[in-house]
This record gives sequence, C-alpha cells and structure tokens, in this order.
Amino acid sequence: MNYYIGIDIGSTCAKTVVLDENKTLLLHLVQPTGWSSVDTALAIQRELREAGFDPEQLPCVATGYGRISVPFADKTVTEITCHGRGAALLHGGEELTVIDIGGQDTKIIRVEGGMVKDFVMNDKCSAGTGRFLEVMANTLALRPDALCDLARRGGGTSISSMCTVFAESEVISLIGRGEKKENIAYAVVDSIVKKVASQARRLEGSPGRVCLTGGLCSCAYVRDALSIELRTEVAACPEGRYAGALGAALSAFSIRGKNV
Amino acid sequence: MTQSLPESFAEFGEARQKGFLRVKEIKEQGGKVAGVFCTFTPLEILDTAGITPVSLCGMSDETIPAAEAHLPKNLCPLIKSSYGFAVSDKCPYTYFSDLIVGETTCDGKKKMYELLGKLKDTYILHLPQGIAGDDALEFWTRELRRFITYLEDRFQVRLTDAALRQAARVRNEERAARLELMELQALTPPPAFGYDIYKTLEGLGFCFDRQEAIDKVRSLTAQLRADYDAGKRPVSPHAKRILVTGCPIGGVLDKTVRALEEKGGVAVCFENCSGIKAMHQMVDTEAEDIVQAIARRYLSIGCAVMTPDSRRMALLKELLQTFRVDGVVEIDLQACTPYCVESFWIRQAAEAAGVPYLALETDYSQADGGQLSTRLEAFLEILE
Ligand code: SF4
Ligand code: SF4
Repeated sequence: MNYYIGIDIGSTCAKTVVLDENKTLLLHLVQPTGWSSVDTALAIQRELREAGFDPEQLPCVATGYGRISVPFADKTVTEITCHGRGAALLHGGEELTVIDIGGQDTKIIRVEGGMVKDFVMNDKCSAGTGRFLEVMANTLALRPDALCDLARRGGGTSISSMCTVFAESEVISLIGRGEKKENIAYAVVDSIVKKVASQARRLEGSPGRVCLTGGLCSCAYVRDALSIELRTEVAACPEGRYAGALGAALSAFSIRGKNV
Repeated sequence: MTQSLPESFAEFGEARQKGFLRVKEIKEQGGKVAGVFCTFTPLEILDTAGITPVSLCGMSDETIPAAEAHLPKNLCPLIKSSYGFAVSDKCPYTYFSDLIVGETTCDGKKKMYELLGKLKDTYILHLPQGIAGDDALEFWTRELRRFITYLEDRFQVRLTDAALRQAARVRNEERAARLELMELQALTPPPAFGYDIYKTLEGLGFCFDRQEAIDKVRSLTAQLRADYDAGKRPVSPHAKRILVTGCPIGGVLDKTVRALEEKGGVAVCFENCSGIKAMHQMVDTEAEDIVQAIARRYLSIGCAVMTPDSRRMALLKELLQTFRVDGVVEIDLQACTPYCVESFWIRQAAEAAGVPYLALETDYSQADGGQLSTRLEAFLEILE
C-alpha cells in the first residue's frame, strides 16, 4: 500500500493528513501554528513518525501560508489549488463551488472534475473574512463561535460599512444605543454573508454544488444564512477544515520515486 | 540652473536617473520640456515644436500622503502619486517642465489636472468619449489644431505640415522598432522575460533623442535574436505564456510581473500602456491632412476611458493568437473605475477564447505582495 502526506500550515493552525492509495483518510492532526512555521513543521514530523508515517520516506506536499517552511516536503502547492481539490474529495460532484472563509482572506473556488478551474479572492480588505468576525466578536466580548450561535436569534439590524474599521465603530454605536447583542451579532454575520455571496456571484457559469470549508464551516448558522442568500443548499462537513491538507495529499500522488 | 537632488531620486530607475541629467542639459541649453501622463498625448506635435516630452506618471507610494492632503483617499494610486510628486516638489521632471499636457481621460485624472493647474501651467486636450463615427475624429482633429496654435503662440514657433510629417515618420519608426522587440516574445520559448522587456520599454521614455532610442531598441532586438539563434534559452519551454492587460503597471511591476515570472510563468505580451496597445498603429505620413492623420492614429488606441472600448477587445483577440497565450492576467489599480468595470468584458473575451483569466486589483503599497504572489502561483497551477 502507498501513502501520501498533506500538510496545510495556515495562519492560526496547521493541519496534517495521511491518505492511502485509495484516498482513504488514515490520520489527521491539527496543531496551533506558533510564531515559527519551521518549529511547527518539525513537531508535525515527530508526530507523523510516531504514527509510523515518515515524511522523509513518503510523498509529502505542503500548502498554506507557511508552506515554504516545511523542509521535508517534496513540493509546495498553493492553498487555492489544495482547498479546491480537497473539497472535491470531501463533497464529490462533477461541478463544485468551494467557499473558504479563512482568517485572512476568503476564497471562492470553482472546481470541475476534481481540478480547479477558476477562483476569486478578496482584495486587500478584511470585509467578509474570519478576521472581520474576530474583530467584531472582540468588540462584543464574545468568542467567534458564540457570536455565530447568537446571531440565529437576532434580526432587524444591519451594518452598512464594509470596512472593518468603520464597521467596528458602527458596532460600538449600536452597543451605545442599547441594541440587543443578538441583533448586533445577526448584523455582523449578515454583513459577512452578503459580502461572500456577492463575491461568489462573480464567478461565471453554473455553480454546481456549493460547499463551505475553512474555519467557519463548523458554524451552522453561517452555512444556513449563506444557503438562503445564495438560494442553494450550502454543504459543509466536519472534515472541512482539513480540505487544504487533503488537497495537498492528493497533489502528492504525482510525486514519483518515494513509494514503490 | 542647479537644484539639490531630491531624496526620492535614488528610487528612480537608472534610465530615469540618467534622463534627469539629460533634461537638465536640455534646459540649460534653452530647450523646453513638457510633462505628459498618457499615451493619448500627440508626441509628434510636441516634437515639431521643439519641446521634449517626459512622462510624469507617478509610480511610487512615497508621495501619496502628500497628495491625500488635497485628494480623496479612494482615488487611483497613479493619480495620487503623480500629483503628490508635483505638490511635494520631489519630481525633477515636474520641476523642469515648462508645461504640463493632460487629456480628458478618466474623471480622476481630469479633475486632478485642475488642481495641478494651480501649481504648473497645464494645457488640457479634450478627448472624445468614444471613437465611433466621424464626429469623434473631427472633434479630436480640431483639438489638435487648437493645441498647435497654442504652442505656436506661446513658444513663438511655426509648426509646418512638412515638419509634422517628418516628426511622425520618426515616431513611426520608433513604434515599429519597439513592436519588433515585443514581437520577439511570440517565439516559443520567448527569448527574454517580460519584466526585462517592460523595463527596457519604460526606460526608452527617458531617452530624449529619438534616433538614439530607435538605435538602442534595434540593437537590443538584434542581440536577443542572435543569442536565440545561437541556442540561448533563458526561459524554460514549459513556462506558461501570459498576456498582461489592464491599467498602467509601472508602479506595481515587481509584485505582479516579477512575482509571476519567479513562479514559473513568462509575460509574453503586454497589452497595456507601455506595451502593444499604444504602439501598433502608425500615422499615415502621406495623408493629405497630416494633423487629421495624427488624430486618427491616436484615436485608434484601445483604452477603457472610451465607450465602448471595441478597439481593446479586437486587439486582445488578435494578441491571444499571435502570442499563443496560455492565460490572461489583468492588473488593475484600485479605484480605477474604467478598467475595473471593463474587466467584466475582458473576462468574457478570454473565456470565449478558451483562455483562463485572472484579475488582480492592487495599489502602490507593499502590503498585499504575499497574497498577490499566491494568487499568481495558483493561477499557474490551473494552467498546468
Ligand atoms: S490607461 Fe488610458 S488614460 Fe491611462 S495612461 Fe493609458 S491610455 Fe491614458
Ligand atoms: S489607471 Fe484608471 S483611474 Fe488611474 S489614471 Fe489610468 S484610467 Fe484613470
């Protein structure tokens, strides 16, 4: 049996997976990315060895912001390609649109037949990203996932500014006006969802199945709100956060000379 | 006339730096200099009047804070940077300009020229908003005649038809020479990286002797050709061939084109301002009315300030074939309404031709360098 390793070093955590040649997921690991990507990579190497998968011996691809800091990887592939491929493995389907709301940026990736065909990303602005959510959650003295849960019970308020700095002062004045927390939480999620949906509509052609990956995929309310906004069911699965690592492992299938 | 060198001087490319000394010489010998911003400026008219045109396009974010004292924040960085150089007295070329020539292109630029007019003598040429029909040509021809009369009065010169024809011949020759260099990139693999070609073309704008400029490009072209024939292949045959289009990119070249080429692509064709779009049309120097012939030539430039911009679409289609393009990368400057809106059509045109398309929007800061390079790399992965 041949094995393939994928490592996704993101801005907040690092995800690692091992696939066998039938694309069955054998192992997944997650750890926070410390201040040094290289140290994180070495910690991953240790854990992999303990589990019996030596990355020096097996085909290994790195992706994510820290991809260049993985000394034992055979090659690097961008997170855009990896997220697309990984999501296709998780969700199947000939045509797939992947929405990845990450910490620093949001990507919309169109996948056909398991391969990335097109993508859009937010330009130099944190509106519609996990960062936006984090800042607002902070202002409301909530954890981001608690904010998402609370949002379901709110309504009737909106934040008009797309810019994180201005939106934050809008939130502060809503708090000052005595607006209920759940209504403000609703407005925050609503703003992200609208921004992400308008980005998704920029890609032409049929969206096929739509799925959510990345950090926010475990947040049921975000998925529901996106489904309504995009008028199609948005799928998500618990392994969604491993999409990048899975895609990296799939990219390792083309590496020759290690597995025999 | 002496002036201590401004601090930002070191950031000017070598060509720009040497050019500065040349402009100083020109001024010391009593010559006149005109600052220009756009490929619509009728260069042969300035040449004939004995005025040296020099580009004042701002390419660095260093002067943007100074500009933002007068201009709104959400304006294209090229406009802000250019204005910032002028108000903060950091650009030797602006300093030496006897006249600034602007056109009514995009709203941001034409309103900026009004402010610039307070600092420097500024002459505005009115461009039509579209190119269809005879009216546009008539209007633009009249504008050029008005400009000629203005220059004659202001600088006490005579611009004869014969002299205009001669100037147009020289400019045509330079255009042809530049085209020859750019067309070398149609070879597979191309003989050079796009970054170097672009820098060369940009540097030529700071060489003020037209014949010298022509000779320089020609000898470079000949050298590249000879090296290629001798088997030199600096670019891998597997490098994906990219056509670059969109706004003027002098200020963002490193984080876009250089990043693209470091990741294994090669820019084979620049459709934008310093590239092919403003070089592939010639003035008909035998035409009965030489001023109208010059007007016609400039009106045929495909730029997003025109509506509709059918010339750009037609040229793009042709270039995709000639340069056997694998992917189109559009580079637009933030807050540039004409190009950011028109990118809709460019995406459609690329898709219709079956060529993948990537749009990047950026400004002169360095903050998004990492993200841009990831996007370019992912785009190259799609082309694999
Ligand atoms: S993009 Fe258009 S308006 Fe801007 S400099 Fe080029 S030709 Fe002029
Ligand atoms: S890049 Fe766009 S906004 Fe900037 S000067 Fe050119 S046309 Fe105007």
